[in-house]
Amino acid sequence: MNWFTKTSYPEFWNTYSKHFKNKQETDLGSIRFVVFDTETTGLNPNQDRILSIGTVGIFQNTIKVSDSFECYLKQDLFKAETVKIHGLLKGGKNIKIDEKTAIIQFLEHIKNSVLVAHNASFDVTMINKALKRLELPKLKNIVLDTKNIFNKTNLDKTTKTNFSLDELSERFKIPQHDRHTASGDAFITALLFVKLISHLKKEKKITLNDIKSPKERIGLL
Amino acid sequence: MNTIAERIYDFLKQYPPFSMLSREQLLSICEAVDVHYLEKGNYLFETGKSVKDEFYVVKDGAIGIFRTETNTLIDECDEGDIFGLRALMRKDSYKLSAKAIEESIVYSVSSSLFEKYITTNPEASSFLMTSFVTNTRSSYIESKEIKQKTTKLHDFSDEQSADYSKNPIHCEAYTSIKAAAKLMTKNQVGSIIITEDNKPIGIITDKDLRIKIATGNISINENVTKVMSSPVITFPENITVSEAQIAMLKHKITHLCITKDGTTNSELTGILSEHDIIVIRENNASALIKEVKRAKTPEYLHQIRQRAQYLLERYIEQKIPITFITKIISAINDSITEKIIDLAIREMPTLPPTTFAWLAIGSQGRQEQLLLTDQDNALVFDNVSETQYETTKQYFLSLSKKINEGLNTVGFEFCPADMMASNPKWCLSVSEWKNQFERWIKSPDQDNLMLCTIFFDFEYVFGNRDLVSKMSEDIFESIDSYEIFLNYLGLNALKNPPPISFFRQFLVEQSGEHKDQFDIKARAMMPLVDAARLLILSKNIKAHNNTIVRFTKLAELEPQNKELYEDCSEAFKNLLRFRTEQGLTNNDSGRFIDLKSLSKANRLELKRCFKAVKEIQELIQVRFNLSHFL
Repeated sequence: MNWFTKTSYPEFWNTYSKHFKNKQETDLGSIRFVVFDTETTGLNPNQDRILSIGTVGIFQNTIKVSDSFECYLKQDLFKAETVKIHGLLKGGKNIKIDEKTAIIQFLEHIKNSVLVAHNASFDVTMINKALKRLELPKLKNIVLDTKNIFNKTNLDKTTKTNFSLDELSERFKIPQHDRHTASGDAFITALLFVKLISHLKKEKKITLNDIKSPKERIGLL
Repeated sequence: MNTIAERIYDFLKQYPPFSMLSREQLLSICEAVDVHYLEKGNYLFETGKSVKDEFYVVKDGAIGIFRTETNTLIDECDEGDIFGLRALMRKDSYKLSAKAIEESIVYSVSSSLFEKYITTNPEASSFLMTSFVTNTRSSYIESKEIKQKTTKLHDFSDEQSADYSKNPIHCEAYTSIKAAAKLMTKNQVGSIIITEDNKPIGIITDKDLRIKIATGNISINENVTKVMSSPVITFPENITVSEAQIAMLKHKITHLCITKDGTTNSELTGILSEHDIIVIRENNASALIKEVKRAKTPEYLHQIRQRAQYLLERYIEQKIPITFITKIISAINDSITEKIIDLAIREMPTLPPTTFAWLAIGSQGRQEQLLLTDQDNALVFDNVSETQYETTKQYFLSLSKKINEGLNTVGFEFCPADMMASNPKWCLSVSEWKNQFERWIKSPDQDNLMLCTIFFDFEYVFGNRDLVSKMSEDIFESIDSYEIFLNYLGLNALKNPPPISFFRQFLVEQSGEHKDQFDIKARAMMPLVDAARLLILSKNIKAHNNTIVRFTKLAELEPQNKELYEDCSEAFKNLLRFRTEQGLTNNDSGRFIDLKSLSKANRLELKRCFKAVKEIQELIQVRFNLSHFL
């Protein structure tokens, strides 16, 4: 019995937690990455809600469409002004599930993979807030941020560090299909990720420790 | 539905063979796609590595296919091109390497998933087989066996139902091998099906008897179940020829059982053998030739020629091998011509004053004319004394006139350039032909070279064969005494460079009626025809006119260039098929092609053909030392 684990946690959380028993692999070739993105009602984590989550897996530098997950959430909060960004209507055609189900499915899907997102701290915070509403702890996964990984490449000679996904996909010639859908953005981010890794690999042999930085952990705190 | 899979679907559905699948099928394939990112110089697969369960489609960029041993670029794949098809054919190791020549994104498609769908989709499988053959055409490291297998599969794609043998010979499981063999012998069949409650449970073929019984391994008194192959592969009654072919190929068997509902759990209703399939194809053509022999008027022959045209259409549709089609159609055309000549001689007041031979020239002489076009022919008669010359010539001219008219009635229209035997210039005695050839060979100006390219490809159709052999001998005698002629012929063969500037840009006609159209005859076929003629003449061989046969012969004579000659032969087959298809579709000669109408598959195919043109021209330039002429 682990004294620090609240025994009252639901089964799905315990199952999720168990995946973290083993030490994290650092060889990039043996890590399953899950690139994800959320569409939300707005940018304030304290008020806004997740409308959709999209993910796509990467293994051995190959994007696995078969390892993807997509869901749309039922939320009471609805903000007309953000519809023009994500295009998700309150009614809408997509089958919607409640937040709890979405979180259960999401955790079941990601397991102990290394998460990747652009501006990861926002998406991670949104997920953590949802977990909190379910009275659960925060995500346990290591999270990488493509924005920070890009900064490690030194490809940009200016002092700017805060590149948007749009700016980077343009720079890396990634076609911007389905921008602002969770899965679409996850896919673009995934392409960006493999390109960045491929670029960094040319310089030297890299491991997980070379692409994660304390900075990226901020989202978890 | 997953947004990412849907996006991949939108991309793949533009290209064959994916365009040939249903939406559900393609979507389920897309859901399993892997996306690879390759930097310039990265390998996707390498020679010798074991084949993965996937093949590839280029999304962005360009992938080069290399032969590792020599580091030669064999093919370049760009957006929408598929490669790595070996995974679908055989699970051994890659024979070539795939390397990014630009930064690329490549989709990989699960081949086992894909196989599931194409087995029942003849159109898609046929496309893939063609691609596989074309992709690997430049690499004869490929085993012959695969090539034969794949062409075979490609050849029989036939949507029509296959005629199977009803009431197949069968026996019960307790039957002895000896009794079964007797039953087979009595019924003169090569196979027997073993049934239980009228459901097929196994099969014995002649081969089983040879391998398992004649070797003494198993006694003939044992039950048939000892030696039968089981389970059998079953199909429903509406099986198509292509389905049958694919199944036979896939399971490496020669017999399929036909049952009521297509499963082994229903009543046996028939058997379909590989032999049946061959018979299905050949019946019609031989029937037509028999009818030609019985025909009594040119009008009736016209009708038969029309039917031959339908036959041609069906063959093309069914993707029967083009060499087979040309043989059939030429055989029909030849027998029609023989019949016309026969009828014409009967109409003449007297029998011919001396022996003669009727010759097909140009593309007809090469047996490369599948569509009904105008006639090109010539006549040679034996040398006669000067006193008899005039009456002899007049006789053959008026005979030729009748023949030309007869052929016109059949549907071979008069040649607008008057390249016909009724033209006094092309109705000559053996010695006149000799002098004419010699004149052309000794002063090879543009006009004479053109005449050489037409008349050197003469083919005996009717009459005295010796006269034709004499003509061939005379040509070689002249060429031998004037060897520089071959250099001129070489220059002539190079006057149409390969029609593709790199690998995207076609050269199209710049002006005239066919502006912006592509002249497939002048720019793709003639360079191959000219090359084959030049090379075969330089070997002192006249027996072969057909371009495909010439290249095959050259491959035999020069093993070191075998690969290239086989490429050329394949290219020519594809072009001939392509032109015939175009001609049948547009009801014209098929010569000019609107590039916009070309599918991705056709472009791909043409592209490969031009590569062969380019390479053979390079060989000619070197061999005949032509660089300083150009």
